[in-house]
Amino acid sequence: MRLDISESEISQLLEIIYRRYHYDFRQYATASLKRRLQQALTHFQCATLRQLQDRLLKDESAFPRLLEYLTVQVSDLFRDPEFFLAVRQQVVPLLATYPSLKIWVAGCSTGEEAYSYAILLAEEGLLERSRIYATDINDQSLRKAQKGVYALDRMKQFTMNHRGAGGHGSLSDHYHAVQDSAVMSPTLKQRITFADHSLATDSIFSEVQLVSCRNVLIYFDRTLQDRALGLFNDALCRRGFLCLGTKESVRFSAYAQRFQELSGEQRIYRRVD
Amino acid sequence: MAAAVVIGGSAGALDVLRMIVRELPQSLACPVVIVIHLPPHPSGLAELLGADTSLTVKQVEDKEPIVGGTIYIAPPSYHLLMESRDSFALSVDPPVHFSRPSIDVLFETASDVYRAGLVGVLLSGASEDGAAGLHEIHAAGGTTIVQSPLSAEVAIMPAAALALFEPTYVWSPNEIASGLTQLLSRRSS
Ligand SMILES: C[S@@+](CC[C@H](N)C(=O)[O-])C[C@H]1O[C@@H](n2cnc3c(N)ncnc32)[C@H](O)[C@@H]1O
Repeated sequence: MRLDISESEISQLLEIIYRRYHYDFRQYATASLKRRLQQALTHFQCATLRQLQDRLLKDESAFPRLLEYLTVQVSDLFRDPEFFLAVRQQVVPLLATYPSLKIWVAGCSTGEEAYSYAILLAEEGLLERSRIYATDINDQSLRKAQKGVYALDRMKQFTMNHRGAGGHGSLSDHYHAVQDSAVMSPTLKQRITFADHSLATDSIFSEVQLVSCRNVLIYFDRTLQDRALGLFNDALCRRGFLCLGTKESVRFSAYAQRFQELSGEQRIYRRVD
Repeated sequence: MAAAVVIGGSAGALDVLRMIVRELPQSLACPVVIVIHLPPHPSGLAELLGADTSLTVKQVEDKEPIVGGTIYIAPPSYHLLMESRDSFALSVDPPVHFSRPSIDVLFETASDVYRAGLVGVLLSGASEDGAAGLHEIHAAGGTTIVQSPLSAEVAIMPAAALALFEPTYVWSPNEIASGLTQLLSRRSS
C-alpha cells in the first residue's frame, strides 16, 4: 500500500521548495505529483512528507535528488515517428521560406527531441540557417543533453523511429559509436543551445518560428498550461508553428482561439495571426 | 449509486469487456474508465467498443473534462490518471509492472478521488498490474469485483488480487456483466 499523503501536506512541501529553491511546482497536476512524491518518500526513507520537508531544509544535497522524482525524464529520438513525418511533410516546406530559423524545444529533457529536429533539418537542407533553443528545468538532464551521448543499444529503436519519420539516409550518419555509446555529431550540437528555463516562472527570450513542447503540459494543471501556452503565443512569429504531444491539445485552454490546427491528428498548430 | 467505475484487464480481457459494455444501461449516469494493456500502437478499441453500445466511447485526452455516462479508454503509451471528479490527466512516467498505461495507476488515483463511491473491476490478464490498485479501492471502502480465475483465459491478474485481499465479488464474465448493471442502477442509501 502507498503511504498516505494529503493535498495540504503536498502544497506545504511545494511552497517550501518554491521559497527555498525557486522551483515552482505549485500548479502541477496533483495526481501524478502525488505518486512521484510517494516514490520519493520510499527513496529517502521518510515516513511522512513532513520528514522529507525537514530533510530538504537541512540538507542541500537532497533537493537535486528530489528533483529527479518531481520531473519525469523520459525521451527518445523521433519519439512518435508519424509526428516527425508530419513535420517533415507539412511544416518543413513552409519553414523553408524563412531566411533564418529559430526553433524552441521547451521541456527538452535529455535532448533527444532537440537532436531529432536537428537531424530532420539537416536532412531537409535547413540546418545551416537554424538555431534550436532547447530548454528545461532539470540541470542534470541539460548536461546530458549537451553531451549528446546515448546508450548504443537504444539506437536500434531510434533507427526504426527515424525511418518511420521519413528519414533520408541512415541515422548513423548523425552519430559516432564509441564503445557502447552513440555520440551525436558536432554539426548537430553546434546548432543547439541548451539552457535552463522554466515554463512556470520565466519569460520569453526570443522570437521563434516553431515551438515544440511535447509531453510537458500533461504535468501541468490548466492554469499553468495557460501560462505556458501564453509564452508560446508571445514567442511565436505571425503564423508560427506550435507542436504538442500526441495527447495534448489547446482545446481545453484559454488559448484555443489563438491557434488553428495544421494537423489535428499530430497536434500541430499555427498561430492565428 | 456508484460515482465511477474503473475496469482493468490484459490478455483474455477483451471479450469480457465487450460483454460488460453491451450490458451497460442507456441511463448510465457515472463515468466508466478502462485500462487494457495494448501494444504501443493506435488501437481501434474505442471504435470496437463503440459498436457495442450507444453510449459515447472515447480515448482520453489530457485534462479532458469527465462527463457521466461516457466510457473512457486510456490512450496507448500513456498512464491515465484521475485528477479530480472533473478531469483526467495523462503522464509518460515509466511503466508500472512493465505496462503503460498501468491499471494500478488508474485504480489508485481514481480511489483517491472517489473513495467509497468507486467500483473497481479486474479481469483476465497475464500480469500482476491492477492487484495493488484494486486492493486500495477495497481499503478505501469501494466495491471490488474480480473475475474468477477459473473463468479467466489467463488467471494471473485475478489471482494476484485474490492473494492480497478478499474482494466484494468474485464473478464469472456473465455475472460481472449483469451484476455491474445492477450495482449501477441501485439507488444510493
Ligand atoms: C516527459 S519529459 C518530455 C521530453 C521530451 N519533450 C519528449 O517528448 O520526449 C518532460 C520534461 O519536462 C520538463 N519540465 C517539467 N517542468 C518544466 C517547466 N516548468 N519548464 C520547463 N520544463 C519542464 C521535465 O524536466 C522533463 O524533462
